[in-house]
Amino acid sequence: MSAPRKLPRWAELGLLPLVNLTAALLLSGLVVRLLGESPWAALKLLADGAFGSQEAVGYTLYYATSYIFTGLAVAVAYHAGLFNIGAEGQAYVGGLCTGLVCLGLGTWPFWAVLPLAVAAGAAGGAAWAFIPGWLQARRGSHIVITTIMFNFLAAALMTYLLVNVLIRPGQQSPESREFGPGGVMPPLHELLAKVGLTFASTPLNLSFVLALLAAGFVAVFIWRTRWGYALRVAGENAAAAGYAGISPARVTIGAMLLSGALAGGLGLNELMGAQHRILIDFPGGAGFVGIAVALMGRNRPLGVIGAAILFGALAQGGSQLSFDMPKVNRDMVVVIQGLVILFCGALENVFRGPLARLLGQREGGA
Amino acid sequence: MRAVRLNPCPSVVEDLHSIYPALELRGIEKRFGAVHANRGVSMSVAAGSIHGLIGENGAGKSTLMNIVYGFHQPDAGEILVNGKRVTLPAPHAAIAAGIGMVHQHFMLVENFSVLENVVLGAEGGRRLAGGLAAARAALEKLGRDYGLEVPLDAVVSELPVGLQQRVEILKALYRGAEILILDEPTAVLTPQETTQFFQMLARLREQGKAVILVTHKLREIMSITDRVTVMRQGAVVGEIATKETTMRELAEKMVGRAVLLKVEKGPAQPGEVLLEAKNLVVRNTNNVTRVKDVSFSLRAGEIVGIAGVAGNGQSELLEALAGMTAPSEGEIRFRGRYLVREQLDPKARRRLGLAHVPEDRLRVGVVARFSAQLNAILGYHDRAAYNRGPLLDRAAIVAGCEAKMQEFDVRPPNPALRLGAFSGGNQQKLVLAREIDADPAVLLVGQPTRGVDIGAIEFIHRRLVALRDAGKAVLLVSVELDEILGLADRILVMNGGEIVGEVAGAAATEEKLGLMMAGVRGEGSA
Amino acid sequence: MISLRRLAALISIACVALSASAKDFSPAIVYDFGGKFDRSFNQSASEGAEKFKKDTGIAFREFEITNAAQREQAMVQLARRGATVIVAVGFTQASAVERVAKQFPAVKFTLIDAVVDLPNVQSVNFREQESSFLCGMAAALVSKTGKVGFVGGMDIPLIRKFALGYTEGVHYVNPQDEVFENMTGTTPAAWGDPTKGAELAKSQFGRGADVVFHAAGATGIGVMQAAKDAGLLSIGCDSNQNYLHPGSVLTSAVKRVDVAVYKAFQAAKDGTWKPGQLVLGLAEEGVDYSLDQYNRALITPEIEARLKQAKADIISGKIKVTEYKVQ
Repeated sequence: MSAPRKLPRWAELGLLPLVNLTAALLLSGLVVRLLGESPWAALKLLADGAFGSQEAVGYTLYYATSYIFTGLAVAVAYHAGLFNIGAEGQAYVGGLCTGLVCLGLGTWPFWAVLPLAVAAGAAGGAAWAFIPGWLQARRGSHIVITTIMFNFLAAALMTYLLVNVLIRPGQQSPESREFGPGGVMPPLHELLAKVGLTFASTPLNLSFVLALLAAGFVAVFIWRTRWGYALRVAGENAAAAGYAGISPARVTIGAMLLSGALAGGLGLNELMGAQHRILIDFPGGAGFVGIAVALMGRNRPLGVIGAAILFGALAQGGSQLSFDMPKVNRDMVVVIQGLVILFCGALENVFRGPLARLLGQREGGA
Repeated sequence: MRAVRLNPCPSVVEDLHSIYPALELRGIEKRFGAVHANRGVSMSVAAGSIHGLIGENGAGKSTLMNIVYGFHQPDAGEILVNGKRVTLPAPHAAIAAGIGMVHQHFMLVENFSVLENVVLGAEGGRRLAGGLAAARAALEKLGRDYGLEVPLDAVVSELPVGLQQRVEILKALYRGAEILILDEPTAVLTPQETTQFFQMLARLREQGKAVILVTHKLREIMSITDRVTVMRQGAVVGEIATKETTMRELAEKMVGRAVLLKVEKGPAQPGEVLLEAKNLVVRNTNNVTRVKDVSFSLRAGEIVGIAGVAGNGQSELLEALAGMTAPSEGEIRFRGRYLVREQLDPKARRRLGLAHVPEDRLRVGVVARFSAQLNAILGYHDRAAYNRGPLLDRAAIVAGCEAKMQEFDVRPPNPALRLGAFSGGNQQKLVLAREIDADPAVLLVGQPTRGVDIGAIEFIHRRLVALRDAGKAVLLVSVELDEILGLADRILVMNGGEIVGEVAGAAATEEKLGLMMAGVRGEGSA
Repeated sequence: MISLRRLAALISIACVALSASAKDFSPAIVYDFGGKFDRSFNQSASEGAEKFKKDTGIAFREFEITNAAQREQAMVQLARRGATVIVAVGFTQASAVERVAKQFPAVKFTLIDAVVDLPNVQSVNFREQESSFLCGMAAALVSKTGKVGFVGGMDIPLIRKFALGYTEGVHYVNPQDEVFENMTGTTPAAWGDPTKGAELAKSQFGRGADVVFHAAGATGIGVMQAAKDAGLLSIGCDSNQNYLHPGSVLTSAVKRVDVAVYKAFQAAKDGTWKPGQLVLGLAEEGVDYSLDQYNRALITPEIEARLKQAKADIISGKIKVTEYKVQ
């Protein structure tokens, strides 16, 4: 009988995530304690590792860039009432297309390659998302199942291509040759150097700016255009969409295309930005982190950016933590990330009630 | 038929219980956040009586009954059963105290048999078989005593609605209910079924049960209850013996001002045919035929009512006309266009001037979590008026919503407020405003006053008549006979997916329509 | 005065330098995705490092990566914090080693399973095909059905290298024998899926195989379990896995990653570390088949004699085992 309690906006968007995060960190601290290390020192290492230096910030934002793309992908699909688990596969195929452009046109000037690489990544991701979207819209095949299946198909396709077609001859590692200079996204420290600012050398690159632009685009598209309006109506209330003459099938396909295109942006950061070649499994789970990012960011672009930075900080700070505190190994870092997801996603309502009571709000509605 | 008055005062007054009322509420208080749902509500229901509880939506009736049934806890106040104070922390406590409730939406497991449904939650022992046999005997006795015979082994989903309701009542009685709360029980019944239902209630009264009838239908209160409690804005504004009051007085108490119970309208002046349905057949997703070979026409300047018990194909007909579902056969002509052949979707039909106020407002007609202003453009969101280039024109949307709110007296007039936060009547006014504002040639309206307060009903009815008088056509689908009788110039009656008869509005009576709704073919079958 | 001062300065500098060279020898190791407890490749590397620590008392730094970007990041950090020698385990580290080695020319890098041609990089590779060849021979010699199986992990060139050597070994004994070849998957998850490994082995048994060789990391645990459950034989990989199911593991294709790591650390400490390519095959004892008390009963003297002969022939070049290469 107890409906979800309502909180004031500032508490909903600021206080509640903070409380959830604190709870996750407290529990993580307990685990660190059990390992015989000081939780305080661990937290300090984690924070320092994520934000303590220019390099730390660079890495954190570099990870965040990937998470912003995949988080936005999941969020857009969510607004249309679709749960896109396939950002990983869409990013994989999108990255392949980006990578092929960079391999083929590496001798061109970067500014000529960039739009083509972006378009190719978006098109590849969109194409990979289109099929599950189409199956959902026309055949009623559940999108969760099909997108999961398409993750595996993408992995199989990429392994085949990298092992048999794209691999640099004579080497063991399933990687393509390195992109030409035109296929390399300028690192941010180089760009900053041009305007006279110095910044530590990190993989953080221009893709971060592109990710922020993508977030801005999503914000405008979803909340300021008639197509976004139709998408949200279909996601909120399919019956009302039918009543309003909004075709749920078209919205489903359209939303998946956009979602896949956003996921396809991952290749810009990972391949053009950091690795400068196509390599096996480059999404590295960012597509799945995107689900947690969207969940935590309440599917809002600003929230997604914030959550992506948090997860970027956990990835970067976590690796520093395991570097300097060997007892906290990489699996422990995954546990900490898991706890954050648990508290901020699955258990987000645990503190809602007490918080609402504390703030003097009562259950709403008669 | 509602004139049948059945022993208003039974002779079992000497009963032991009658020293105390069966149920007494004293000073019940309940707040939900800023909403003061019950303000010091007191009422007293005698054993062997039928007690009416009326009030507009949001008057606090449901909250009060949910408190009595243990769903909500009162902030203050006392509940007494047979003179003894009880606390009811949960429904099972209420059941133990002899309180039963039949909800408006039945709480039955559709694919269980009647017997299984009644026993569910009261199995009485670990082994089901023994409990079932005992239950069967007990239920057969109850059925005989109260005239509540139901085939015990039938699967619930196969029973007509009236029988399903009996199952709900049997369930309550089987659990030993002495106080029976019925929430809007007649909404799903034909007039004839209603008559039977009231006879059954009278039997319950004779047997000494206390019956609380929650309804918004004043006629039912007048025809069956002994006393009536009227609520407004969370408080009791009157508790009266039914004999000593009138419908008009009750309505005024409910609304707090004088109301017109019937809209005044002049004779219709039908013009050209605007909408014509020909041999429409509609099947649902399970391929069950819901609309069978329906043909009719709708002229400018008239209101055509479609009467029928809920679930007889009216909803499907309306959805097919609006373009939400495609008919399997037949054609719809609208201002020279062939809507079925051209496969026009609802948006395209709106552009042609065919607007639609859907039956199930919350599920279909609005997005409850969106603001009022976003709901005010639903279906019209790609009109040039609301767009500037690729972007939605927020200023125009807000201004449009404000204008609609003002014209249709939507309260509170706040376009940014979440639609779900408006009352049912105000939601409906906003939907009507949206559809009428688009200046349609034909307005399809389903259940325009379902869940709407009396004050708003009057307003909505007046707007529909005004639309007709402006030379537009209105197709009105309603299960409220009063509404059809009050508004329609012509009445089509549907039963089992077919139009079983047509009656001129002026010549229609409740009895005539009631027989046709039950499937007896009437004059001038279309 | 001046000279005395200069002398003092010189001495102090020398002292600092001396203490630095003794105290600041700091080895480090970066594992790949599998992690150091994969009971196979990475674990073998870890064992080499641990043995070095035990023998010399010199601690080492280590790092297990969780994503591609961390390879480079970890190496940079290790180099920056004064690592003298960094062992990068696994071919996927190649590109990271290439970049970081350029950035830190004074740091020594030992890369296992791949080649990077830089003045401060030592590339250690193994001729897995040679040990696989011997295991293939052993399989063909004991097989009663004339059908043997191979279960690979992720479908990458390295694993195909194992498969090819194995097949050649089988056909060297009996050209008519049939080899069933299955890869577990196309994602890194293929290294850690014992359930699927068991299923693949069972399906190969169903088609008549009675010996199965795995090159699948932790997935191989399931392969070997399935062989034991079916009363058939399996062949282990990378580490000596004979002890896992005595009597059911025919032998193991051992790859001495531990030796490679140990030697790299040792050489760096002694100053004998050299850049360039190091290819370890049967001759260098970098790879071998294993024979111990757990499989003594399975390898009959006749079989052992055949294997010994073949091993000698491979070393002498009489038998040429093809190395799988991507064209």
